[in-house]
Amino acid sequence: MAVAFDEMNGPGGEVRQAYQELSRWLSETPPEALTHRRQEAELLFRRIGITFAVYGDAEAQERLIPFDVIPRILSGREWALMELGLKQRVRALNMFLRDIYHGRDILRAGIIPDDLIFQNPVFRPEMNGQAVPHDVYVHIAGIDIVRVDDENFYVLEDNARTPSGVSYMLENREVMMRLFPDLFARHRIAPVERYADELLTALRSVAPAHSSSEPTVALMTPGVYNSAYYEHSFLADKLGVELVEGRDLVVKNDEVFMRTTEGLKRVDVIYRRVDDDFLDPLTFRPDSALGVPGLMSAYRAGNVTLANAVGTGIADDKAVYSYMPDIVKFYLGEEPILKNVPTWRCREPGDLAYVLDHLSELVVKEVHGSGGYGMLIGPAATKATIEAFRDKLKREPEGFIAKPTLALSTCPTCTDAGLAPRHVDLRPFVLTGRDRVTIVPGGLTRVALKEGSLVVNSSQGGGTKDTWILDE
Amino acid sequence: MLSRTAENLFWLARYVERAEYLARTIDATLRVTALPNTYSGQGNEWDSALLTAGVAGSFYNHYDEANEANVVEYLSFAPTNPSSIRNCIEAARLNARSVRTALTGEMWATINSAWIELQENWSKGAKTREQLTAFLRFVQETSLRFDGSAYRTMLRNDAYWFSRLGVHLERADNTARILDVKYHLLLPEQEHVGGPLDYYQWSSILRSVSALTAYHWVYRQTLKPWLIADLLILNDSLPRSLASCYGNLVRNLDQIGVAYGRQGPAQRHARGIRNRLEHSDMEDIFQRGVHEFIQEFLADNSRLGEIVAKQYLI
Repeated sequence: MAVAFDEMNGPGGEVRQAYQELSRWLSETPPEALTHRRQEAELLFRRIGITFAVYGDAEAQERLIPFDVIPRILSGREWALMELGLKQRVRALNMFLRDIYHGRDILRAGIIPDDLIFQNPVFRPEMNGQAVPHDVYVHIAGIDIVRVDDENFYVLEDNARTPSGVSYMLENREVMMRLFPDLFARHRIAPVERYADELLTALRSVAPAHSSSEPTVALMTPGVYNSAYYEHSFLADKLGVELVEGRDLVVKNDEVFMRTTEGLKRVDVIYRRVDDDFLDPLTFRPDSALGVPGLMSAYRAGNVTLANAVGTGIADDKAVYSYMPDIVKFYLGEEPILKNVPTWRCREPGDLAYVLDHLSELVVKEVHGSGGYGMLIGPAATKATIEAFRDKLKREPEGFIAKPTLALSTCPTCTDAGLAPRHVDLRPFVLTGRDRVTIVPGGLTRVALKEGSLVVNSSQGGGTKDTWILDE
Repeated sequence: MLSRTAENLFWLARYVERAEYLARTIDATLRVTALPNTYSGQGNEWDSALLTAGVAGSFYNHYDEANEANVVEYLSFAPTNPSSIRNCIEAARLNARSVRTALTGEMWATINSAWIELQENWSKGAKTREQLTAFLRFVQETSLRFDGSAYRTMLRNDAYWFSRLGVHLERADNTARILDVKYHLLLPEQEHVGGPLDYYQWSSILRSVSALTAYHWVYRQTLKPWLIADLLILNDSLPRSLASCYGNLVRNLDQIGVAYGRQGPAQRHARGIRNRLEHSDMEDIFQRGVHEFIQEFLADNSRLGEIVAKQYLI
């Protein structure tokens, strides 16, 4: 694999423009000072209780995501282009969902094969013909972006269901401002703190048409044992809305209420961080204890807005992903600004043959997987792992897609042996309300802390960094 | 606010209060048992510590003898005791985590750091008396910080009032339990004044509700059992007296009632208990029997818990 592009020290070893000041600061700062700040940061995070759970790891029910104190910096120019690309992509995602659950023009035009949609377990027939306020399906999108060189950014995946991580974007910034006030004073960094305001505005703008002028928003969580519970409570707090669990809600006459100390109170918009499957035991999984019986019926009656809408999984499906450039062109008539990573769809015999021949060079992922589980990273895998994977792939080719192993860009990162380059990605959060799409300048930078590793997922040893967009 | 939020706040406060009470009970018992037998008496103080903690029954499912090591272990650290100090702090934090949004940052930081310290420093219990003393101090300081940060940082709204309800209901229960276990030491004025033996028993009672200094301020006398009873039951200037707890419970419930524009059975029940305390004097109580009085109070107090739950928390 080629040497990765480093975002601070460019290809010729020169310090890139956006990192000039940071590089100077790093050379002036003794290593002990950095170590000291690292410890302080860890202490702060522990105090605040920013934790996540690792499933299947009983020993460590709550863990901290490692935080790296060296910021990742993007220039204003780089961001401006990315922002345009993100808005374009999310508009297309929303139009695609509206089309799939209504007229299905894109299927009739032969751009996407029918069975990819209808055979797909994340396609929700319950949503056929269902109107959603202002045709917004994906109110909150987390689009994962990687960079391979000075100019090329690729979308790695679209998260259109219940993307998480935004609390880290906000808390990382808070902690950085506390620990490095001098470094902030030497930069002009676009602020991220208005995210909660933007989110609340977006959520209220999509309330059912007949709800009051002050619609009631609630954030629905699966509960304290969910891996992202910290984020749910953090956001509810920032939004100033109730953090509800399924058992706090009740449906009467197709209207949704929460149980309060003063009796039942009507809810208009639910920012739900519960998967489709668990929303309503009457419609989806009957064994779900997290959901609210009758919620789908209230939703279908148009008495409550769910954000994101039900059925958005079809838009971030890894097989549908490979059609994103066509989807953008089809609905917007524009060339996609952000590139897609070339993807082989193992469901297609030609692609499958290629993938089987090149397993040691490719990353193979389950179409419906997430969190970095169940994937094969060819270049890093042993022969035995590859052979085991080959069998799996032959048995169920439609369950997989493959991508080249991209040389993800690196950023300087604190390690036990001092500063060293580590691979990073970026997840900006795109908000869609009634009449506008907004993005707070920044996002969650995830960093693979192990040397050479390309897996940035927090469940697999990844950490996070503060992401600075320079305001030029 | 959400009923579940109110419930979590209520229980969060109760668990913190209970942890502190257990710590003080252990502390006071350690002091009495450290005295020579001539002062501490023949009765098993560790048995009565179990009784005041309300876990005497379950203790003997796990241990044969109520000695210092066993009782301290059971009350402080035992995972098998649902209301051990450790479990109280765990439960408090779990409740706090579910209602983070209703807590101030300071309250959360207090309970979360206590929980972290519990994992880091006390996962193996306390090996020596010195360690135990440090542990008990840590628990009491946690409760003080939690209470103090609630008092100083919370908005005065229903979240605050529900959490105060938890504090005072638990506190009244704790004080009444001590009285219930030690009532035989609390004699009316006419009876004989005990020797040195009783003196240390009495001071131990006061210590477990942190009222030893207060006693001297209020009565300016040597320890007299009827005055101790008066202080713990009727004197509403002592924060842990039954009268003071009920003054607060009535006030908090009224505040909720006013905010919600509606009174209910909880308000009426609490006022009933408070009125009975207000209209009693120690002579009546001794005449009817301290034991009966306390038994009745304990039942009334737990009934209030049920009524509050039914009216607001479910």
